Amino acid sequence: MSTSTYDHVNERELKNHAAKERRVLLGLTSPAVLCVLTIMVIPVAWLFYLSFIGSDGNFSLEHYQRMLDSKSYARIFFTTFKVSLLTTVICVFIGYPLAYFLSQLPARVANICMLSVLLPFWTSLLVRTYSWLVLLQRKGIINQVGMDMGFWDEPLKLVHNLSGTLIGMVHIMLPFLILPLYASMKSIPQDYMKASSNLGATPTQSFWQVFFPLSMPGLMAGSLIVFILSLGFFVTPAILGGGKVIMVAMQITSNIELFFDWGAASALGVVLLVMTFAVLFIASKLMRLDNVLGGGH
Amino acid sequence: MYWVGGTNMNWFKKSASETQITHGQRLWLYIVAIIIMFLLVVPTLIVIPMSFSASQYLEFPPKEWSFRWYEFYFSSNAWLSATATSLKAGVYTMLVATPLGVMASYGLYVSSHRAARLVYLLLITPIMIPVILIGIGSFYIYVQIGLVNTMFGLVVAHTILALPLVLIVVTSALKSYDMGQEQAARSLGASRFTAFMTVTLPQIRFSIVTAALLAFLTSFDEVIVAMFISGGDNATLTKNMFNALRDQIDPTIASISTIMIIVSTTLVILTQIFGRGKNVK
Amino acid sequence: MSTVNGLPISISGITKRYGDLYALDNIDLEIKQGEFLTLLGPSGSGKTTLLMALAGFTRPDHGSIKFGDEEIILKAPHQRGVGMMFQNYALFPHMNVEQNISYPLRLRKVNKTEILERVNQALATVQLTGFGDRGIDQLSGGQRQRVALARAIVFGPRILLMDEPLSALDKNLREKMQIELRHLHEELGMTTVYVTHDQREALTMSDRIVVINNGKLMQCATPRNLYDYPANKFVAEFIGESAFLKVDHQGDDIYFNGQKLLVETPPKGQKDLLLMIRPERLMVMVDGQNSENMNIFNVTVSEIVYQGETKIIYVILDDGTSISMRLSTRSGQPQNEIDEGDKIKLVLHKSDTTIVEDGGY
Repeated sequence: MSTSTYDHVNERELKNHAAKERRVLLGLTSPAVLCVLTIMVIPVAWLFYLSFIGSDGNFSLEHYQRMLDSKSYARIFFTTFKVSLLTTVICVFIGYPLAYFLSQLPARVANICMLSVLLPFWTSLLVRTYSWLVLLQRKGIINQVGMDMGFWDEPLKLVHNLSGTLIGMVHIMLPFLILPLYASMKSIPQDYMKASSNLGATPTQSFWQVFFPLSMPGLMAGSLIVFILSLGFFVTPAILGGGKVIMVAMQITSNIELFFDWGAASALGVVLLVMTFAVLFIASKLMRLDNVLGGGH
Repeated sequence: MYWVGGTNMNWFKKSASETQITHGQRLWLYIVAIIIMFLLVVPTLIVIPMSFSASQYLEFPPKEWSFRWYEFYFSSNAWLSATATSLKAGVYTMLVATPLGVMASYGLYVSSHRAARLVYLLLITPIMIPVILIGIGSFYIYVQIGLVNTMFGLVVAHTILALPLVLIVVTSALKSYDMGQEQAARSLGASRFTAFMTVTLPQIRFSIVTAALLAFLTSFDEVIVAMFISGGDNATLTKNMFNALRDQIDPTIASISTIMIIVSTTLVILTQIFGRGKNVK
Repeated sequence: MSTVNGLPISISGITKRYGDLYALDNIDLEIKQGEFLTLLGPSGSGKTTLLMALAGFTRPDHGSIKFGDEEIILKAPHQRGVGMMFQNYALFPHMNVEQNISYPLRLRKVNKTEILERVNQALATVQLTGFGDRGIDQLSGGQRQRVALARAIVFGPRILLMDEPLSALDKNLREKMQIELRHLHEELGMTTVYVTHDQREALTMSDRIVVINNGKLMQCATPRNLYDYPANKFVAEFIGESAFLKVDHQGDDIYFNGQKLLVETPPKGQKDLLLMIRPERLMVMVDGQNSENMNIFNVTVSEIVYQGETKIIYVILDDGTSISMRLSTRSGQPQNEIDEGDKIKLVLHKSDTTIVEDGGY
């Protein structure tokens, strides 16, 4: 039901006005976008390009080829995935009970207990990694107490290996799991549990049949964050791994710092990026990522 | 409120949730949770007593107490200058990332442009991709344009790491804010900008302060990018700490860590106290 | 508060589309200087969209809006100089009452003494003298509403827009405020455009009512004319209660179930027509009553429902249709003798026999 174009008074001006307003508002983002383009998009694109430049300066696939052929690269990828997966799984097993506990507390107590999660969160990860280095070493307190109490005779090798790395990474990653999980748990309406009890379920049944499934989105979001962060992690494995746990990020660093091999480093970086996006992509198919990322209306 | 009539035993029989499970039945959960909280906090704070150890080697508990590592830190030009660098970088990052992020959040929230969603994703990406890539990427570019080891270069790089956090916090604040107030202000004669500054900003103040804090901490605690692009006179505290940890175990790090914990915690407390304005509905 | 000269508003060809949906469909409307005009319609009808277009928050696709002689459709909201009251008042919680009310004056760089004077005047007008230093959270719903009003008028706008400002109040307060707002309008003289979905509110307060449905303007008339001579079934149904019965027409003659009806002005045109019967216009026929100018219906009483000051009597017509009539319960009237099952005659005055077009949805 529209009249002829002759009758559309002010149509062009109104459209221009609307478009201009949209552009101006979007333009508020331009300084931020400029920063991100300069520091992230352009460098990453450049790295992508570099990964295809061989040692002779020409286009070559040698860096990627090396990754496929070399056994040590395969081990690095395997280690990276192994550590990330283990970290995520351990975080889930430790983090879920704590998040559940926190979600059941009255508001004031919960806020106080939440500090135990937030304090590590706002403490530098170097500080935390360093603490574990001291705690886990041969003469560290854990070994001392353990031996004094007679739990074991020889000092346990808790650091400079996979165990130390895992312990450190789990400690760093736990808040990343607990916070989204907690938020998700708090959003489950209490009436659901009441209804479940009323219909005849025992508390345990209510938990597994109603609460647990409803907390899944938060758990998935938290696990995804932990896994992705672990994939690219560097500091903690570098310090607590003692050179025995080599993750992709560490290899990239040594390629540059020690060998100045930009090609190899870039190729590894590209592969790491692709792995990250692949995980994100798979996750986005399995769950709604909007909640994790926030976003406009 | 859980202790009834003086007998502790009653508390165990009280219901703990909608499903009427009792505290007694859940005791194992409480114990486990307390252990986990303990394990979260203690390793974080253990550096504090460690830093007062007189011994050359990292040890806990300290056999002898001493301030020597603090003295060493405060008399070391290298460490002090690194601290100054980190603090400066943190403050500059906060001063740059916060306004940029607030502008971007607002613009994206009210613009009905089709590209808005994409721009949001673009600005969030830096926390989604591995930091190492930003580290080596910015290092490479900076080498070409001579920004390695400069404060400017460092701040710009840290800004893009801080921006996503500012965006997420401020966007979430805008979502729970009544935009009708801006409309009311505009109907009374305020331009969009004036309306935002006089009506919206005061009401989302707390979130902006939180975002600023996160921006500061992101920069102050940042290791990887700083490792690559900061150096010489502009080496950050974290870079030096990391190198020290890799080479030899330096107990000075314990005292520096303690100082860092105090700085972070103080800032968080200050934010909580001064960030909250009048109670917003 | 001094009287202002309200501006007339000229709306022509205003259209707003969202995809395939027309929120506003070619609206033409002339609002007179100083009149109280209500936009009435159900949720989603477009009435709020039209108000927002006047305020500048919704930009139409095309059309023209003039305040007086000035075309303002391209003007930003903050340049339009209209006062506006929002449904949830939108009072600024971080400012007290005085700061809220003085906000538009401060924006206009009015000097301090004058601000003080005008704020006090505004507070007096809404009967909230002395409330200046109260916080917003210390006010009741009714008080907040008055502060919102004071804020909207303090800078002397010549047009006032109100978006369902009374919907958050309870019934008693609502009815009281309706009358107060009407008095205020007469006192202040600005052109007022008022949006509501409550037909009783519209009938009480307005000089004229505009009924809107699906983005289209259905009818613009005084409350009386809207009630007595609705343009179509939608308007008729929206205002007051009615029964609608199909009628046939040949030329100028209207027939209901073969019975020719006495009608004052039959509508022209080919559309389907309906007889609209308002329950309170029917009367029970008494023996010997003068039935000139009356339409007579034979009915059977099916149910009587006592409602206090009135009672509803459900009757069934010859063709089986059920309609209702609303009668007073005053003593000594013919309807008091009626019982369920009685066969009686009803009369409807020629002037109350309203024929409307089917449609409007």
